[in-house]
Amino acid sequence: MVKAIKQGNKTARKVNKAAKNVRRPNRSRGGDIFIGFILAIFGIFFVFPMVFVIGNAFKPLNELFLFPPLLLPVNPTLTNFQDLMMLLTQSHVTFTRYLFNSVFITFVGTVGHLFLASLGAYAISKYVFPGGRWFFNLVITTLMFTGFVTAIPNFLILARLGWVDTYFAVIIPAFAMPLGFFLMKQFMDTVPMSLIESAKIDGAKEGHIYARIVMPLVKPALLTGMIFSVQALWNNPQDTLIHTEQLKPLPFALGQILAGGVARAGAAAASTLVMISVPIILFMIAQSNILNTMANSGIKE
Amino acid sequence: MAAFPKAGKNVGGNTPFQRYKAKKANQWAHTWLSIKQHKWLYLFLAPFAIIFATFVVAPVVISIFFSFTYFNVLEAPRFIGFQNYLNLFLADDVFLIALRNTILLAVVTGPIGYIMAFLFAWFINELPRYLRAFMTLVFYAPTIAGVAFMIWALIFSGDPNGWLNAYLVRFGIIETPILWLSNPAYMMPVIIIVSLWMSLGAGFLAFIAGLSTIDESLYEAGLVDGVRNRWQELWFITLPNMQGMLMFGAVMAITASFSVGGVTQGLAGFPSTDYAVHTVVNHLVDYGAIRFEMGYASAIATILFLAMIYSKIAVGKFLSRIGT
Repeated sequence: MVKAIKQGNKTARKVNKAAKNVRRPNRSRGGDIFIGFILAIFGIFFVFPMVFVIGNAFKPLNELFLFPPLLLPVNPTLTNFQDLMMLLTQSHVTFTRYLFNSVFITFVGTVGHLFLASLGAYAISKYVFPGGRWFFNLVITTLMFTGFVTAIPNFLILARLGWVDTYFAVIIPAFAMPLGFFLMKQFMDTVPMSLIESAKIDGAKEGHIYARIVMPLVKPALLTGMIFSVQALWNNPQDTLIHTEQLKPLPFALGQILAGGVARAGAAAASTLVMISVPIILFMIAQSNILNTMANSGIKE
Repeated sequence: MAAFPKAGKNVGGNTPFQRYKAKKANQWAHTWLSIKQHKWLYLFLAPFAIIFATFVVAPVVISIFFSFTYFNVLEAPRFIGFQNYLNLFLADDVFLIALRNTILLAVVTGPIGYIMAFLFAWFINELPRYLRAFMTLVFYAPTIAGVAFMIWALIFSGDPNGWLNAYLVRFGIIETPILWLSNPAYMMPVIIIVSLWMSLGAGFLAFIAGLSTIDESLYEAGLVDGVRNRWQELWFITLPNMQGMLMFGAVMAITASFSVGGVTQGLAGFPSTDYAVHTVVNHLVDYGAIRFEMGYASAIATILFLAMIYSKIAVGKFLSRIGT
């Protein structure tokens, strides 16, 4: 009896295993190999410069100018980072000040953007009211406005407001990034209205529903909005809007080092790695949530 | 004048025009009532809407307005009609070069980047979970990494010890180093390669996510209907079911391909040799941020903007034919 069951289990397992090995229908082996090959080739093309960036940051100066050039360092060292620190502590505005400016601008800009965009997206996604649909269509159109097209009038508007050369000039416009609003609205469409209605029957106020019921459900959308906002703010040297050295962000200072040429090659390599690691690490942490949000990003015509 | 009719009451009149007027008034009353009912919604939307209007919508409107003026920031703008546009197309040779370069870049990197984003997303979608996450990062990292593209300046350095030159000379493919970034013959291909490297952005993520949400039963139904290979599956099942995502990806691709500018300035310098990779965005920055001819720069921005809108409409028409 027991033996029979064991036997049964064994065959069941065998069947399972066989089922796993069955290919998906419509998938030829040749096609799989072809696709794997293409992905590998392009993967190398895409990852190669990034490996180069990372490798360079840890190369001692003599290896940076070695012929033939190396992809990865032979004697990895942290000298470049020490150089970078030294350069920036000796400058008349210190490294910590640049870093603070960058973190402050990125953090406040992102948090404000997420708060205002989610508030507005909630209203548009969950209710039909005059002008709502129209406003959303306007947001979709503005997805195409790049910073270049709006830079000049934006500067004039900020000058009129008297915000040029203050944190406001870079933080407040960042609140209104259309991409984040768009994604949040699309994601909130998936939150069932019945959930909100039942909360209302229980006597919850609108503010409460937004903060306690909807927000926790749209966490993936918030993380996605965060990535796009951080990416835009963190990488921007903001040199047209901020002129006071004490208020300038890190990319500006690092841009100066990058422009320093051969003598600063080591520090420049280190600074590049510092700059790119922040958005990449954030993306790695948030990746699965982000893909969750992008699943709802379709534009309905 | 007749009293403002209340919603749903006393609608009508004797002549068609009176009826029309009454109906209109009634509609307005309805709308007004609805607005009053949803007051708190406007309160929710207002903070975003105000900042959005000020820093995203207003700049475009202002830009269109200034494009018909001569404006140098110091003096008040002076209305000059279409003069800026005429100058751009008839008197500004550099603009025409920039326009040609931008159109070339958009026509090459836009569709290739778009198709690449979709194909890679589609390929990646079939991979096991962890490999999928890893490959997504590999393809997406260049887009979020900002200044990382400057590494290409080392790879394509014109110096004999520049990475690519060093290997090409070593293997005897070339004898003298090629000035990749200052010889007009090579500059455009280099910029195209780097632009493509950075082109897998938000659209790519949308594709990956969109592919994973398509209902598995659709594929099973397709199998029953006689779909025989993955390419048929792609055309008849996958693509029609993610048209929204395809549109979003297209919008992102168009925006990115028309606004190449930072890459050309970073790699080829400003201005580039013989304006070989001078783009409309470079021209815009030149007049807007260096020469302060705001009216002229606004005309350039308006043209760029119109080109993007037009491309989006064209792509939308094309995408609506998918799966037929």
